[in-house]
Amino acid sequence: MKVLVAVKRVIDYNVKIRVKPDHSDVDLTNVKMAMNPFCEIAVEEAVRLKEKGVASEVVAVTVGPKAAQEQLRTAMALGADRAIHVQTDDKVESLAVAKLLKGVIDEEQPGLVILGKQAIDTDNNQTGQMLAALAGLPQGTFASEVDVQGEKVAVTREIDGGLQSVELSLPAIVTTDLRLNEPRYAKLPDIMKAKKKPLDVKTPEDYGVATASKVSLVKVEAPAERKGGVKVGSVDELVDKLKNEAKVL
Amino acid sequence: MSILVLADHHDGQLAGTTAHVVAAAQEIAKAGGGDIDVLVAGEGVSAIADAAAKLDGVSRVRVADNAVYAHQLAEPLGALLVELADGYSHVLASASTTGKNVMPRLAALKDVSQLSDIIAVEGIDTFCRPIYAGNAIATVKSDDALKVMTVRSTAFDAVASAGSAGIESVDTVVDNTQSTFLKEELAESDRPELGAAKVVISGGRGMGNGENFKLLDGIADKLGAAIGASRAAVDAGYAHNDMQVGQTGKIVAPDLYIAVGISGAIQHLAGMKDSKVIVAINQDEEAPIFQVADYGLVGDLFEVLPELESKL
Repeated sequence: MKVLVAVKRVIDYNVKIRVKPDHSDVDLTNVKMAMNPFCEIAVEEAVRLKEKGVASEVVAVTVGPKAAQEQLRTAMALGADRAIHVQTDDKVESLAVAKLLKGVIDEEQPGLVILGKQAIDTDNNQTGQMLAALAGLPQGTFASEVDVQGEKVAVTREIDGGLQSVELSLPAIVTTDLRLNEPRYAKLPDIMKAKKKPLDVKTPEDYGVATASKVSLVKVEAPAERKGGVKVGSVDELVDKLKNEAKVL
Repeated sequence: MSILVLADHHDGQLAGTTAHVVAAAQEIAKAGGGDIDVLVAGEGVSAIADAAAKLDGVSRVRVADNAVYAHQLAEPLGALLVELADGYSHVLASASTTGKNVMPRLAALKDVSQLSDIIAVEGIDTFCRPIYAGNAIATVKSDDALKVMTVRSTAFDAVASAGSAGIESVDTVVDNTQSTFLKEELAESDRPELGAAKVVISGGRGMGNGENFKLLDGIADKLGAAIGASRAAVDAGYAHNDMQVGQTGKIVAPDLYIAVGISGAIQHLAGMKDSKVIVAINQDEEAPIFQVADYGLVGDLFEVLPELESKL
């Protein structure tokens, strides 16, 4: 079974973002970029499936600018066999990404597609579900456990009240939650080897997908800053402040 | 054109979040949108429909009561929404795990974008939503004919339950051969729901182990609080995943939030910084949590917690 895993290049999760002075967007110049953390978990899960003999091949895919090939090389250093780069400098929203990934599914015919549940830049949490709908496939979102059994996959999902388990027919779409696995670090020899693994470059036109969106960004603002308050010296003072100043007790 | 709200429910009860989503729908209605319908989909949901019919501002409750919609699996629920969406200008759901699971399917099949987690209505087509873990607020305008959105329930005050909308059944039944419900393991608790509680007390890695989380119980009992956890505490196995407050967990905005042994990573702050009053208890006086806390207490939580419990 072939496993397709989608990854996204995003701002490194440790970086504190700044809004541009003209409020047109977030300022990403000279900011450290990395693979979206949920996508790292997706790659790890795909590689583990291969190590268990469930997956025969792991193909990583991304949609984005030329620099996003760094994240594909990372995915291959972690164990993906080859990569597909749908190259575009346009800002591509979830719906267009899902359409492009649907094009990749049509060509590659994977048995399982794994994506991160959300990217930490737009915080959309949409692409996997949109891809599933467009491809006419079932979905196991927010997965904390994935168990492939023959023609089916059992997915344990993290839901608001606890856990839900569903069984899906394959092919299926899975999106990862934080506790699915703990991603490994790439080893230096694997990073060197990854440079030689095949990487196909495509364009949105190759899949007949227009990337324009009907949603426009009006402005981006920094949120209202919370002012740090006071330090209290004792539990008594805390209780007194909560009762008499904040009036929340 | 009117507005459709997908009701959230579990355990045979209408989820409190639905009243907040209806409040967002009312703001859209005031900006020029039409009537508000609520869709209740599930199996054996008549009591839920009755509760939804009482929500202020709702014109009509549509009920799809069929075994195929049990557990609100994404595939049949998405297909139902696609069938019903014609005639609506906006379809809204709570940004709960159910809403997040199904709404993108509706949007994709209608070939429109989805706006996730909106926190303000600026007009009939313009909305605000947090990006980058809430470190920026984007104002976005959608020119799609159908606007599909999830709503951050804590950003809108719940409507009251003094209405009496009509209830109509929806006969649409869709096929689902792709997904099967296996089981659910829900955390059982007598405490209030984390997302709706007036007081939340959360523990972080500083709690040291899962056993020590019991130190929060007595305080939570006295305050009628829900208990939360930071991602670090959940990852370390101290607390269940459904207790996680943060960018990728629950978003809370209680009147009082007490952070115990939580350093205050960006991802955690994203889930609680809209709380009215924040208290931080941490032994590291440099911890970033103090930068957002109204009241900070530097001290050993193993001494502070029992004392706090005894003085409440």
